[in-house]
Amino acid sequence: MSILGTRVLRTEDPKFLTTGGVYTEDLVDERLDGACHVFFVRSPLAHARINSIDVSAALEAPGVVGVYTAADLADLPVVPPSAAGLIKAEMEHRLLATDKVRFVGEPVAAVVTQDPYQGEDAIELVEVDYDPLPAALGFDPGDDSLLYEAAGTNVAGYWGDASALDPELFDGCEVVVKQTIINQRVAPAPMETRAAAAVWGEDGRLTAWIPNQGAQGTKSSLASRLGIDEGLVRVITPDVGGAFGAKFGADQEHVVVAWIARHLGRAARWTETRYENLIAMTHGRAQQHTVTIGGSRDGDVQAYRLEIVQDAGAYPRIGAVLPMLTILMTTGPYDIPKAEAVAKVVVTNTTPIGAYRGAGRPEATAALERAIDLFAAEIGADPGDVRRKNLLAPFTEPHRTAFGALYDTGDYVAALDKALSAAGYAELRKEQAERRASGDVRQLGIGVASYVEITGMGDGEDTPPQENATVEVHADGTATILTGTSPHGQGHATAWAMIASEELGIPIEKITLKWGDTDLIPEGGGTGGSRSLQQGGAAVQQAAQELIEEARLRAAAELEASAADLVFDKSRSAFNVAGDPDASVPLTQLAASERLLIRTVFSQPGATFPFGTHVAVVEVDTETGKTTLQRVITVDDAGTVLNPLLAEGQRHGGIGQGAAQAFLEEVVYDADGNPLTTSFADYPIVSATEVPSFELADMATPTTYNPLGAKGIGEAGSIGSTPAVQNAVVDAVAHLGVRHIDMPVTSRRVWQALQAAQPGSEQ
Amino acid sequence: MTHIEVTVNGEKRSGEVEPRLLLVHYLREVLGLRAANVGCDTTSCGACTVLLDGKSVKSCTVLAVQASGHEVTTAEGLSVDGELHPVQAAFRQNHGLQCGFCTPGMVMAAVGLLSENPHPTEAQVREGLEGNLCRCTGYHNIVRSVLAAADQANAADQANTEVTA
Repeated sequence: MSILGTRVLRTEDPKFLTTGGVYTEDLVDERLDGACHVFFVRSPLAHARINSIDVSAALEAPGVVGVYTAADLADLPVVPPSAAGLIKAEMEHRLLATDKVRFVGEPVAAVVTQDPYQGEDAIELVEVDYDPLPAALGFDPGDDSLLYEAAGTNVAGYWGDASALDPELFDGCEVVVKQTIINQRVAPAPMETRAAAAVWGEDGRLTAWIPNQGAQGTKSSLASRLGIDEGLVRVITPDVGGAFGAKFGADQEHVVVAWIARHLGRAARWTETRYENLIAMTHGRAQQHTVTIGGSRDGDVQAYRLEIVQDAGAYPRIGAVLPMLTILMTTGPYDIPKAEAVAKVVVTNTTPIGAYRGAGRPEATAALERAIDLFAAEIGADPGDVRRKNLLAPFTEPHRTAFGALYDTGDYVAALDKALSAAGYAELRKEQAERRASGDVRQLGIGVASYVEITGMGDGEDTPPQENATVEVHADGTATILTGTSPHGQGHATAWAMIASEELGIPIEKITLKWGDTDLIPEGGGTGGSRSLQQGGAAVQQAAQELIEEARLRAAAELEASAADLVFDKSRSAFNVAGDPDASVPLTQLAASERLLIRTVFSQPGATFPFGTHVAVVEVDTETGKTTLQRVITVDDAGTVLNPLLAEGQRHGGIGQGAAQAFLEEVVYDADGNPLTTSFADYPIVSATEVPSFELADMATPTTYNPLGAKGIGEAGSIGSTPAVQNAVVDAVAHLGVRHIDMPVTSRRVWQALQAAQPGSEQ
Repeated sequence: MTHIEVTVNGEKRSGEVEPRLLLVHYLREVLGLRAANVGCDTTSCGACTVLLDGKSVKSCTVLAVQASGHEVTTAEGLSVDGELHPVQAAFRQNHGLQCGFCTPGMVMAAVGLLSENPHPTEAQVREGLEGNLCRCTGYHNIVRSVLAAADQANAADQANTEVTA
């Protein structure tokens, strides 16, 4: 029986459960003996000019080895912002603040001490003289207070041409609904904060241990920021305590730690506090959507427009580019004859925006799924029916959307119907009607969200997505896999071993996965964008199959038989001559005479498009606005599933995070740009009491783009659940006149919406 | 510096520590027991949870000197002879962990919870673990793990009772 598709328990677990993972902060390595500790002095102001920095008192403090500011780093190159050409080049992001600070938390100076407790004391002694400037905030920051005077504007760039929007787009629509929707700023908040350990060898090479999502990308970032050849950088990835999109590449602090290690000729280590993590690690989302949707009274959606404003934070990073993905997925799973989308990217005096689970696609889905519900409410139709009427028909040949996305395979109506059926949708509507009729204080809300998303993207159509893998069988019967992916909770050690085991006939316990050491694996795309299984896993399969073919030739020579006559017996991991079971040679024997190793690159024709429908059921107390999330039922079709245990885990995690955005989490700033959510006491990160157990229904429509039939599953959960929960809360109070509530749909917002909908009612 | 004597995972440890040294830093940096992690600054996340005299505590909010004269159990001390503790085994069986960062603390919190309430309902498990944050699992499989560990312990109790009877 094939191991593929079975619920194999993770081989990596025993370590995590007993001695714990070895995260960057846990590293014990003789190269790091005697390491100094780095602490960052961070801006307490959202926007200010720096007049002077006095480090003298800090230098006198116990244990201080050095204090460094931007002036000390003047010899390092300045790297232009992401998407140069589309984003204003003047908006460059230095390693430490130079003349200005642009967000609370921006690193201004680095203090280096012998031991960590000394550093916490010494950073208080760095005196920075600031001239405060007005903070530019929100989706319309204006140009009165410019973050970058040289740019002359707080607009970083545009995606699409707003002046080319069709004034007649909604002509002929019987119903047109328009709504501005905030897709709020949230914190990725991986449980392990950012960290680094760095040391330079006598050979002039840097070795850096950094929690990341792809060591190879981190190596490139470090090298370009340090102005050195990539060959001089080795990145080693320790265990990584969650990332959610926010640990790609290298951040400013990582580069400064590497620079300090070189400057002092001594190993240096850094681990940020949670306070620092919540203000200085990139945030996610932060888009404003103005949706306009039009159609017929009988439920045909005929036109849709999405106007996006992306708050990129103080420095345009990947977040400034993500509206491109949002635009690409504008029409989602629907067949909408006319649609258009544009985006404007602004800079504000807030933490920069980066990728966060879904990165650009959840925003598209959230806008569209609210729009569909607004339209359904306007015409008095059932949200499920409106979706069914407008979803694309099933297709097995790739479908090209008006925005250029090429959907590989899909059956969106089936996913919708399956989810509604699993939820007991008709019964829920009946119960809702009863509670409405009786005027129950606790009203029931049912939210539906259908989605299609994009996983495993390459760098455009000319460079198809790909990943490499190396598989080696050893003489002792074990095997080693090298992968360019970078697991940090996804379970690749188990999953990749399953794939290799299936081909090689070697039990998974005897297969070791290695990743994240750039000297061992110089190339790789890391783990993000839900790409790993479909490309990294497929590469492992391809390498293992190529290894078997190589072994077949060697076995033929060994057995003096024709390669075509050999049969690979997986139960013994050996080649037999067909019809002569005694003439046999095991892989181990071949490996003993000559290394049995294959490196290969798997290329996929393009990205894949998983899809599904989420249904959320909430109870809303109409007197207090309190929302209780009672059920989440999902269909997430990500093609063929390799290991249901792992795939379900990915779905659960995504659903939890997505639901949390809908009704709990938000990064909040005051009117001066001071962050108010700087600890887990203030940032309402979801806990076990706020979510229910999730109900998963299975559906698998394989992709033809890789032999595993797999699409990505890492982000789907967070894409469908957010609008499903939001829609459910609005649905619970829709009969009371509420049309829309922005996320997070907190008790206060629900209560306020209820009051606003019923003027004259008791206040 | 202050002299402390602590029993950690059954072993007597003693030494001189700074009065402000946190128990979690004592465990991690002085004793080299690094399963417990520091995930926040505000006693919110529970990644540092250990047992102090059998009750779960957040070791970032206990001074090493406060642990003097007491018994501390960490995830490292939970398994016996390489065999996973039933709660650890249940976490593996139910895929109750992903990145692993919250896991040692979560497991210790679960052990503490089950020692106080061996037959928890799902709601009680969720309430009991409210102070332990996980960003990967959506808590679904963590809750299943704890309930499974309780079921298993209950089944074992029942079997023992039947044998005795």
